[in-house]
Amino acid sequence: MSKIIVVTSGKGGVGKTTTSANFSSGLALRGQKTVVIDFDVGLRNLDLIMGCERRVVYDIIDVINGEATLHQALIKDKNCEHLYILAASQTRDKDALNLEGVERILNELRESFDYIICDSPAGIESGAFMAMYFADHALVVTNPEVSSVRDSDRILGIMAAKSKRAVEGRAPIEEHLLITRYNPKRAEAEEMLKVEDIEDMLRIPLIGVIPESESVLFASNSGIPAIHQKSDVAEAYKDVVSRFIGEAVPMRFVSGKVGFLKRLFGDR
Amino acid sequence: MSLIDGLLEYLRGDEKKSAAKAKERLQFVLVHKRDRRDVAPPDYLPALQEELLAVIAKYIPVDRSAMKVHLGKRDEYDEFDVLELNITLPETGRN
Repeated sequence: MSKIIVVTSGKGGVGKTTTSANFSSGLALRGQKTVVIDFDVGLRNLDLIMGCERRVVYDIIDVINGEATLHQALIKDKNCEHLYILAASQTRDKDALNLEGVERILNELRESFDYIICDSPAGIESGAFMAMYFADHALVVTNPEVSSVRDSDRILGIMAAKSKRAVEGRAPIEEHLLITRYNPKRAEAEEMLKVEDIEDMLRIPLIGVIPESESVLFASNSGIPAIHQKSDVAEAYKDVVSRFIGEAVPMRFVSGKVGFLKRLFGDR
Repeated sequence: MSLIDGLLEYLRGDEKKSAAKAKERLQFVLVHKRDRRDVAPPDYLPALQEELLAVIAKYIPVDRSAMKVHLGKRDEYDEFDVLELNITLPETGRN
């Protein structure tokens, strides 16, 4: 049975697309047949982060309108064997998405994929609603910063009330807290909210902590998700994928203590 | 805050320690937390009901079953908790 996972946050710029790219790549690297869908119609970016922007011919709206088949619109990832990308439309308005069309696409994808990752747009408008409506799981991407925590709280409330699972009275969406852009040193110096503070306030299980790192900008500049490079961010995302598929992995990158070698040779 | 306090705080480096302030401020604005986790009524509710009943019974003879205490929200987006107290007064209890 395939799983639908929404990557959401409410707030923009916290790392949803970065997480969608790395999480879907990580699942594919573990041999899982994975597809990642950009729901940010009008402001598509997943294609750039995945480095396939020049190969986008058809997008999700074309498939919904019957102007292309799913097979034609799916773009095979250049870095992972089992990963496909479905781009968002850049030109059309966000109202071009509709629940019936999205459901039809998801049902068709369920037949051939183990994991379907929905990269939500920021905000709580129709695009974000469509991205979360059919989800079985949610990765709630949160920065250690007040506006991000509040927006995550808001999106959790909306998912609990408005998702298909909630409306049909089934088991709720399984929520996972993913803290990104975390700086353990600043958290220890009490300049930044700690992991435990955010867990305590949002009250959903923590699936991982991604450290603040220069490697994320390097990855987006290059169009190759960070998970394919050698970095803390890559390791942290691999841990998230392991935990998601049920492996017990100790939490890393939450402490500000720096190992002897690292202190000697620097952070990079 | 006096100048001396400010100076002391600066020297101690406390002015950068804003995480506690962030947490304190967030506690007031997070509204959905209770909806999701504390679905069960708070554990002080039975005791509160007993004590309220005792006070009311001092003045009016009411039956325990005639009183309902409910803590909740009017709807899912409501930012405020509402404590509802519903007491059915007996016909003879009125003056």
